[in-house]
Amino acid sequence: MIMKIIVPIKRVVDYNVKVRVKSDKSGVETANVKMSMNPFDEIAVEEAIRLREAGKAQEILVITIGTSAAQETLRTGLALGADRAIHVETASALEPINVAKILKKVVDQEKAGLIIMGKQAIDDDSNQTGQMLAALLDWPQATFASKVELSGDQANVTREIDGGLETVTLTMPAVITTDLRLNEPRYVTLPNIMKAKKKPLDTIPADSFNLDFDPRHQILEVSEPPERGSGIVVESVEQLVDKLKNEAKVIQ
Amino acid sequence: MTVLVIAENDNQLIKPAVLNTLGAASQLSGDTHLLVAGSNAGSVLEQARKLAGVTKILYADAGHFENPVAEDLSRLILSLASEYEHILAPATSFGKNLLPRVAALIDVAQISDIVKIEADDTFVRPIYAGNAMAKIKSRDKTKVITVRATAFESIMDGNGAAPVVENLEAVSPSEKAVVSAQELTKTERPELTSASVVVSGGRGMGSGENFDILEKLADKLGAAVGASRAAVDSGYVPNDYQVGQTGKVVAPELYIAVGISGAIQHLAGMKDSKVIVAINKDPDAPIFSVADYGLVADLFEAIPEITESL
Repeated sequence: MIMKIIVPIKRVVDYNVKVRVKSDKSGVETANVKMSMNPFDEIAVEEAIRLREAGKAQEILVITIGTSAAQETLRTGLALGADRAIHVETASALEPINVAKILKKVVDQEKAGLIIMGKQAIDDDSNQTGQMLAALLDWPQATFASKVELSGDQANVTREIDGGLETVTLTMPAVITTDLRLNEPRYVTLPNIMKAKKKPLDTIPADSFNLDFDPRHQILEVSEPPERGSGIVVESVEQLVDKLKNEAKVIQ
Repeated sequence: MTVLVIAENDNQLIKPAVLNTLGAASQLSGDTHLLVAGSNAGSVLEQARKLAGVTKILYADAGHFENPVAEDLSRLILSLASEYEHILAPATSFGKNLLPRVAALIDVAQISDIVKIEADDTFVRPIYAGNAMAKIKSRDKTKVITVRATAFESIMDGNGAAPVVENLEAVSPSEKAVVSAQELTKTERPELTSASVVVSGGRGMGSGENFDILEKLADKLGAAVGASRAAVDSGYVPNDYQVGQTGKVVAPELYIAVGISGAIQHLAGMKDSKVIVAINKDPDAPIFSVADYGLVADLFEAIPEITESL
């Protein structure tokens, strides 16, 4: 049995919000926008809970890094079923490499047996932090997981790859990142939201880790993607095929 | 200043996305070197020798590179990294799995999924499912980058000087990560990410069997078959058909979206296609907003009719 699973989670602009680029091109508008837990992270929390329910793990610790507003996301993790939460507090927007360095420090202190996290956050779409954390810890990794089976100190993880599916066998401790089809997260219920308020949530200032958080990237500009010209609605299959042949010239 | 490109391969052939990555490398200053790691991968090496613009091939042939894990490849690349200013791989599941691990070992950031190179240190990449584009300047001495293949031209075979080949000592295998099984989709059709025509089906297809009518159309057009997340989640087709923010990104000459409503996450994976056709019975489906040609129709009548008329 794994004593502790750590699930790092991120607060992001909600999946259903259509983001707008700020007029000064410094980023996207996040003020007064609905925020939620990154959907892939929700899948990670759910997977950890299922492992605990199956008697494969004892404790689930959720961690987030950000301003005090990020505590809301930790409370969601606790309401879903995590046991304990750590909030690493910072006002800076950190790049994945720095996030991975902070997480490594926490993992070193907490002695986790397994880390499950989302494969990417739907804000910057980087898809880096899990792999970086695995490298820094010198642990094996299984990214894009669609199935996780634990037995003894081994994890058999089915991964979604470009050509189909691949299974990797990892010797734990290990890092697993979740893909969409790993599970369907449960809904948070009101009694569990109430219970979550009593679960322990510790705050650690990011500065206490003595890490260098100087950004490696400078964002020069954030802009709207190129617009597509508006198209036409055709009346029939015959007209469509004619347009494709003679106007767009994409079929013969 | 030299660029290192990681040649993803299946021990027979170099993956097409690597050729686009070499296209991106050709826009950077300096020579391009190609790392070929595989097992009995002589045919890959032969193919690599002919590629335009590659001045040196680093060749590592070892049994455990048949299905190389990121744990091993990242250590091999780390041992070479000090000689390179840029390290590039395609933003495929292989590249996305590998390069962040490489970057962390070198202690640099990684730049994901670039679509444009503005200077040796300045790149454009999509964020928020392609709803915004970020132009970023890297301050790292080594830039570790995954490249969106559809955004760059692929390089062709060259007729210049043959590259130098240097044999590398393979790193010892990690025992903590082993590929224990693979279940790859077999198809005679072109690969989704490099096909010039893609026919994709969504939830409107209703079942996996109904994809037959799309396959018939695809065969007529020499097209690859894709799907929306909804169709994959419903179990109609395997995961590797998925086009979108978290699936594959395609940009063919012609993309035909059939019974796909057009969620933002799907549009992120196909809106750079040259010509987009949407066929849906719901005239208000968001897919029509990106389509060049929309047809409001029952797909079960329209698709066979199109196939018939070609």
